[in-house]
Amino acid sequence: MVNIYKFASPATFYPVAGKIARVSTWIAVLLLAVGLYMSFFVAPTDYKQGEGYRIIFIHVPAAWMSMFIYVVMAFWAGVGLVFNTRLSSMMAQALAPTGAIMTFIALWTGAFWGKPMWGAWWVWDARLTSELILFFLYIGFIALQGAIDDTRRADRAGAVLLLVGVVNIPIIYFSVKWWNTLHQGASVSIKNGSAMSTIMLQTMLIMTFAFWAYSIAVALYRVRSIILEREKDARWVSELPEIRR
Amino acid sequence: MFEAFRTIVSRDLLLAMRRRSDVLTTLFFFVIVVSLFPLGIGPELDTLRLIAPGVFWVAALLASMLALEKLFFVDYQDGALEQMLLAPQPLSILVLGKVLAHWLVTGLPLVLLSPLLGLQYDLPGDTIITMMITLLVGTPALSLIGAIGAALTLGLRGGGVLVSLLVLPLYIPVLIFGAGAVEAEASGLGGAGHLSMLGAILLLSILAAPLATSAALRISAE
Repeated sequence: MVNIYKFASPATFYPVAGKIARVSTWIAVLLLAVGLYMSFFVAPTDYKQGEGYRIIFIHVPAAWMSMFIYVVMAFWAGVGLVFNTRLSSMMAQALAPTGAIMTFIALWTGAFWGKPMWGAWWVWDARLTSELILFFLYIGFIALQGAIDDTRRADRAGAVLLLVGVVNIPIIYFSVKWWNTLHQGASVSIKNGSAMSTIMLQTMLIMTFAFWAYSIAVALYRVRSIILEREKDARWVSELPEIRR
Repeated sequence: MFEAFRTIVSRDLLLAMRRRSDVLTTLFFFVIVVSLFPLGIGPELDTLRLIAPGVFWVAALLASMLALEKLFFVDYQDGALEQMLLAPQPLSILVLGKVLAHWLVTGLPLVLLSPLLGLQYDLPGDTIITMMITLLVGTPALSLIGAIGAALTLGLRGGGVLVSLLVLPLYIPVLIFGAGAVEAEASGLGGAGHLSMLGAILLLSILAAPLATSAALRISAE
């Protein structure tokens, strides 16, 4: 059995992260190529929404990742706060920009999808609104981390914010949902193609795994940079081949 | 423990009374923001009646956020906060006392003044009463949630802007249910459901926010 605690140390995690990141990069490139080919040429045209529906192959994976990454960040933040491990906080910090980008992509592609389908770039639908609020939460976390110079304080303050945020996300989601349904009956629903054909579903899953692999790769590359930055005075860093060169 | 809670509340109230301008600033900010909307939108009373709940709630949100900076900052500067961290009483109780005093000084005046501003918007009596009740239940929740943000940004450069970035997204449920209750009551639907949700949020934040705030204070004052 592998001793997982060994990898809680930045010095041992650094090379492992490099390996996983390289593998994930290749997986991401491969899956993206297959997924994009399928979404443009294999998946059939939707009889109701035409060609424009193809944007969901980007939109849905991005939206899923945006929510998932926040929960993962909160998990690492909790671990960092409880066990006081430096690496967990670094992981949370490394994931934040990727999560924010995913949220932004989801909002952006959602607007592109909404214009031909609903006739508006933006509607105050419950999902759109809560996704926007999620984006604000990401920005708040990044801003808080950026404003604190002391890394230890930045890590722990960010962790408290993430945990408060993760408790709030369900409350925000349901309040927005009720607010929306009370205002008016849902004039638009994202589910108007709910009987999705198998090939579309497969394409979407492939794209989701591609996004997943991409997020892992980017986050690990970023955590490697963060490790190097924070441990720059450590002996093992100066002994790395890429540093000595 | 209750003794400490009472001491903190009376101390903070006394300090606030000695520096009355701070209290009045928040209150007048609220009044000015509410009065600006008719100037921007136009004086038609039908429109104003429609937007009044949202305007009042957004103004209350902003006023409460603006007042957050002072919540812990003075104590942080003169070292009183460190004494509170070292005190034998649980920190969350002391935090709760500070937030209560803060709300009495910055939140309650808004609630008491809102009927007068409601008349400016030509709201009927029933709606004004509903609005007062929602503000009475909602503004303490705002102070409690905001205290987390204030504690996290304690002593940071640009703390004021940062606090708004952290706290405003978390305020959204309070805004939705607060303004929603008034709107539902005004349109004859009955705002009891919204009001119950607002009460639930208040209870949850009384329980959880002081704990999160004290954790954040320990991190910030380290």
